[in-house]
Amino acid sequence: MNTELFGIVASFVLTLVIAIPLGKYLAKMYAGEKIWTDFLKPLETGIYKLSGINPKEPMNWKQFLKAMMTINILWLVYGFFVLLYQDKLPLNPDGNPGQSADLAFNTIISFVVNCNLQHYSGETGATYLTQHFIFMFLHFTSAATGMATAVAVFKAFKDKTTTDLGNFWEFFVKSITRVLLPLSIVVAIILTFNGTPSSYAGKDKFISLQGDTVNVSRGPAAAMIAIKHIGTNGGGWFGANSAHPLENPNYLTNMVEVIAQVILPVAMVLAFGYYIRRKKLAWIIFGVMTIGVFMLMIPTLTSELGGNPLIAKMGVSQLTGAMEGKEVRFGPTATAYWSTMTTVISTGSVNGMHDSTMALTGLWQLLAMMINSLYGGCGVGVLNYFIYLIIAVFISGLMVGRTPEFLGHKVEAREVKIAAIITLLSPFLILAGTAISTYVFTNHLGADWAVKPSSWLNNPGHHGFSEMLYEYTSSNANNGSGFEGLGDGNIFWNVTTGIVLIMGRFLPIIGPVAIAGLLAQKKYIPESAGTLKIDTKTFGLMTFAVILVLNALSYFPALALGPLAEYFSMLK
Amino acid sequence: MKPFIIQSIRLTLVLTVLLCVIYPVSIMLIGKASKGAGNGETIIVNGKVVGYANIGQSFTKPQYFWGRPSAVAYNAAGSGGSNKGPSNPDYLKDVSNRIDTLLKYHPYLKRSDIPSDLVTASGSGLDPDISPDAAKVQVERVAKYRKLDENKVATLLNNSIEKPLWGVFGPSKVNVLKLNIALDQLK
Repeated sequence: MNTELFGIVASFVLTLVIAIPLGKYLAKMYAGEKIWTDFLKPLETGIYKLSGINPKEPMNWKQFLKAMMTINILWLVYGFFVLLYQDKLPLNPDGNPGQSADLAFNTIISFVVNCNLQHYSGETGATYLTQHFIFMFLHFTSAATGMATAVAVFKAFKDKTTTDLGNFWEFFVKSITRVLLPLSIVVAIILTFNGTPSSYAGKDKFISLQGDTVNVSRGPAAAMIAIKHIGTNGGGWFGANSAHPLENPNYLTNMVEVIAQVILPVAMVLAFGYYIRRKKLAWIIFGVMTIGVFMLMIPTLTSELGGNPLIAKMGVSQLTGAMEGKEVRFGPTATAYWSTMTTVISTGSVNGMHDSTMALTGLWQLLAMMINSLYGGCGVGVLNYFIYLIIAVFISGLMVGRTPEFLGHKVEAREVKIAAIITLLSPFLILAGTAISTYVFTNHLGADWAVKPSSWLNNPGHHGFSEMLYEYTSSNANNGSGFEGLGDGNIFWNVTTGIVLIMGRFLPIIGPVAIAGLLAQKKYIPESAGTLKIDTKTFGLMTFAVILVLNALSYFPALALGPLAEYFSMLK
Repeated sequence: MKPFIIQSIRLTLVLTVLLCVIYPVSIMLIGKASKGAGNGETIIVNGKVVGYANIGQSFTKPQYFWGRPSAVAYNAAGSGGSNKGPSNPDYLKDVSNRIDTLLKYHPYLKRSDIPSDLVTASGSGLDPDISPDAAKVQVERVAKYRKLDENKVATLLNNSIEKPLWGVFGPSKVNVLKLNIALDQLK
């Protein structure tokens, strides 16, 4: 056992140590029970008053979704224009230019949907104003949107029969004041005391030891990097994201950042169980997710720690593993662990470059994002898993010849149709996008865009195909990491991924709320001997099988053309 | 619908004040108590800033310890990795050339002595560290160009190795800038 391995074991254990009590806390807090953070009530009352909101007003599923969509559309419009004209607005000490229309379109969508694809580089493509007032603002609010929506689904199954899914504004505001903001303050303070800049000073200039003149980008990064992880956003301050030595200065900050991004997704799963008073169900879901995570993480570790076989042939020593695109202070083990966590969860921040990871590692990263619900994003992970649950209930019902039921409500054609559409949407968006881009790449090499298709790909062959597949997979999963060699700063990629982003976010949010709303209205059927029990290991296994089969059927051909083909070509 | 729009606008304004002004400004004020006062930690030699503790810089002269290859030439106005895939033939050629260069400057090395972090680019392009092994293989060359006793340089290096976090988590490493500053002060 070496210190690098100890580091990731400790990271995982600490994650659980924090996430389990946090899950109980979330359940109590959202249910409105007495809790120690009630001292924040005056702050919330102030926010409601100033915004003209009555947090006690009940909402049915349609009203809930309307409120959620209204404020999200507002952010889309307002943010688009601020990005367009950021050069003319204050807080731009480095004199960066405004974004082009297609880039602003892509950027604002990707931040509103909690993805943070970032077709710009933080140092040159954004100003301190947009970094804080648009990006960091949306880091908080997009995470809170996901959490609030998940709580509506929780609420649907707490009461026997109800049309009231709770008040969107209340869940939303409390997600920020009681969870995201306090946790971010803690993380931001740790970061700034470990070397991440937090002041508003602009670029610095110095003469290096060897006599070169060097410019250094800086800025109030600590506050944003904290919420980028707590809210599973991933959009960093600097271009190199958490591989940047100011964004992630040492092994301690690395542990803090990788723990910070996993705690809320895990806590939300447990909160579901505590909230609806079915703890066992939550632990089974958590178990299935954790097994899935380890099935992705262990092969990732072995493929990274083994080093690059083609470099091994050159005779140099790869003692700790593959080092291209990685930082010495983290090492390949922590980077492999991070790459699994950031793709199973929809964070998409990176502490090493995914484009340079081994072929099979790329396969596991892609698969993690395709499944997108092994823990999953802040709030939305549970929602994605909920869709798999409905499909599993439906298939199990067919297998035993009974009307499928979910927590005492009959699952009928309408709900299953919604679940099926959501399930089919992901492969459709990912594969259609990749097909179109491949077509353009092979047939319109010289198209007159900022980056011509002929120079899109930073790597030839199978790996180049993986770069395109990764971009759409990441967009659909609202992940935001990338095979960054892809020349994506042009109108084709900005527009197509923008469309994938918005569909891949809102339909999988609307679907589960609609299903939950429809189910909750139905008559409650008490449990009997004939009920399909969903909080059992058998049903957990069933869900796992559904996830595996659906994803294998959808994506195997694409994965075979990309990472698998690259892997086998490297064996020669 | 209309009440939702008005509520959305007002809530956005209120939250903007809380999240984009009060929160980051508080962190900025707290950060003033940190090393470097929240501007990033600089290293000063003879009253002049020679670099940032956490940001690697380019060392090409043979009397210095070298850092890792960088895709952005250690220009900290930007950042980034090479993003070369593991099977890319151009990339493999680059690595092979780097090995040849290293062998030229360190004729006493066997290929298997070269740790891969010296021939692969970092993720940020600004990696301030190298592995202890990557520093050890350079000792003989540095000592030769500086006309110093090899043992003296080796001792300096040993004292510069930063142990894992609390002795148990993560890799050991050597900060190249700090090591080279100490080297300049060695007489």
